Amino acid sequence: MDQGVIGSIFTVIVFVAFIGIVFWAFSSRNKAKFDEAANLVFADEEDKKNAKDNKQES
Amino acid sequence: MSEISQAQPDYNYKVVRQFTVMTIIWGIIGMTVGVLLAAQLFAPALNFDLPWLTYSRLRPLHTNAVIFAFGGCALFATSYYIVQRTCQVRLFSDKLAAFTFWGWQVVILSAVVTLPLGITGGKEYAELEWPIDILIALVWVAYIINFFGTMVIRKTSHIYVANWFLGAFMLTVAVLHIGNSMAIPLSFTKSYSLYAGAVDAMMQWWYGHNAVGFFLTAGFLGMMYYFVPKQAGRPVYSYRLSIVHFWALISLYIWAGPHHLHYTALPDWTQSLGMVMSLILFVPSWGGMINGIMTLSGAWHKLRTDPVLRFLIVSLSFYGMSTFEGPMMSIKTVNALSHYTDWTVGHVHSGALGWVAMVSIGSVYHLIPVLFGQRGMYSTSLINVHFWLTTIGVVLYIVAMWISGVLQGLMWRAVNPDGTLTYSFVESLEASKPFYIVRFIGGVFIVVGMLIMAYNAYKTIRAPKESFGPEPEAQAA
Repeated sequence: MDQGVIGSIFTVIVFVAFIGIVFWAFSSRNKAKFDEAANLVFADEEDKKNAKDNKQES
Repeated sequence: MSEISQAQPDYNYKVVRQFTVMTIIWGIIGMTVGVLLAAQLFAPALNFDLPWLTYSRLRPLHTNAVIFAFGGCALFATSYYIVQRTCQVRLFSDKLAAFTFWGWQVVILSAVVTLPLGITGGKEYAELEWPIDILIALVWVAYIINFFGTMVIRKTSHIYVANWFLGAFMLTVAVLHIGNSMAIPLSFTKSYSLYAGAVDAMMQWWYGHNAVGFFLTAGFLGMMYYFVPKQAGRPVYSYRLSIVHFWALISLYIWAGPHHLHYTALPDWTQSLGMVMSLILFVPSWGGMINGIMTLSGAWHKLRTDPVLRFLIVSLSFYGMSTFEGPMMSIKTVNALSHYTDWTVGHVHSGALGWVAMVSIGSVYHLIPVLFGQRGMYSTSLINVHFWLTTIGVVLYIVAMWISGVLQGLMWRAVNPDGTLTYSFVESLEASKPFYIVRFIGGVFIVVGMLIMAYNAYKTIRAPKESFGPEPEAQAA
């Protein structure tokens, strides 16, 4: 196998992998999972608010 | 009591505080050196005939200070913050965190000492000599262990996308730094690259462009994916797009380096490959920019009242602008005009000041109140002043460099009918002089903005806790 063949195979593999990633990212099966992940930015904030409220009550 | 145990884990904010404060300090120092250099270009006497203050020695000090000291501290601070907050766990190791902080400061101080002395490896953005390179590698490995270790012990099931970008930035920078810094030492302060000729040039720009792609892009995109949603108060526009953005960006960037070596001894096919890859890179870059800006969709009004958000969103606009300009400049025929001119300098600064500095400044303004127990910064109107100073400064800078660069490119390529050059180099230098003064003024705007930031941060940090920002009652309503 020469450089050109290896390069071509690599290009095809990367292309197929990329298409795979797009399908995986946009499949409806994964929607809930990714929505949850998107909210990780705020996840620990809610806990903080709860903790504060609880402190005020006690 | 069980409810209280749900509260935030005991995060390591100490290292984040240290890096955040140093971000501001190194930012002021690095940018001030830049302004001095800008002044030297139209008033050469400003090197005071001292070898330590010559342009050639201070220029690498400026680039190292703004990229690795200012940008680096911003990345350390935000990555340590983001990984803890999104994994909901304290840092893997406090000792490693402290080592990375002090180690990184020693690296920067060594650069501050060695570069003006003229001790240099001579590779752009990798000037530091081999003993410092080894320290950088050690600090970096500790950083990677700490960051990935924190993700391993995370309390959440997902790894938030910002951590993916930050992780890719760390791993790739380790490979780039170690690969490009391979050298044979002659003495403690002098070494020569292991690579020779065109291979050395290729290694250098594989490193150089991926320092842009992974240090100045992937790392700061990680920052963007956390602080833009956080400051806007809504999740990122499309999490799925962010996944595609990540994989596309990291698989393409690594190939773009040869566009720095158009029309050189590098093989032609390599140059063309670098150009094609740089052109394709436009797609993921704009995908990410749109994803960031559209996070504000339905909340655009927040831009009117929140200067921190304005910093973050305008940084994305500059990112979009420079990632359009970059692929255009990588086209060989455009590059024939733009390369070695001020256009390149303008392009770099639209990325470095417009994107990297503004997203860092926005993130630091978000972080300081959180880290120092305040609800907001000492003065919001001073943030606004800083925002306008930076924006005007960057625009003055890049417009001046565009005009000067195109002017240089056109003058250098102009030939008389008999084949001789129409203009001497000095004539093009004289043509550039007014634009160098405009660039200097732009730089002064930016440094003044940073000084205002330092004052604002100082007042915020020194005040008693919970002194500033909205009352909690107002927040709940």
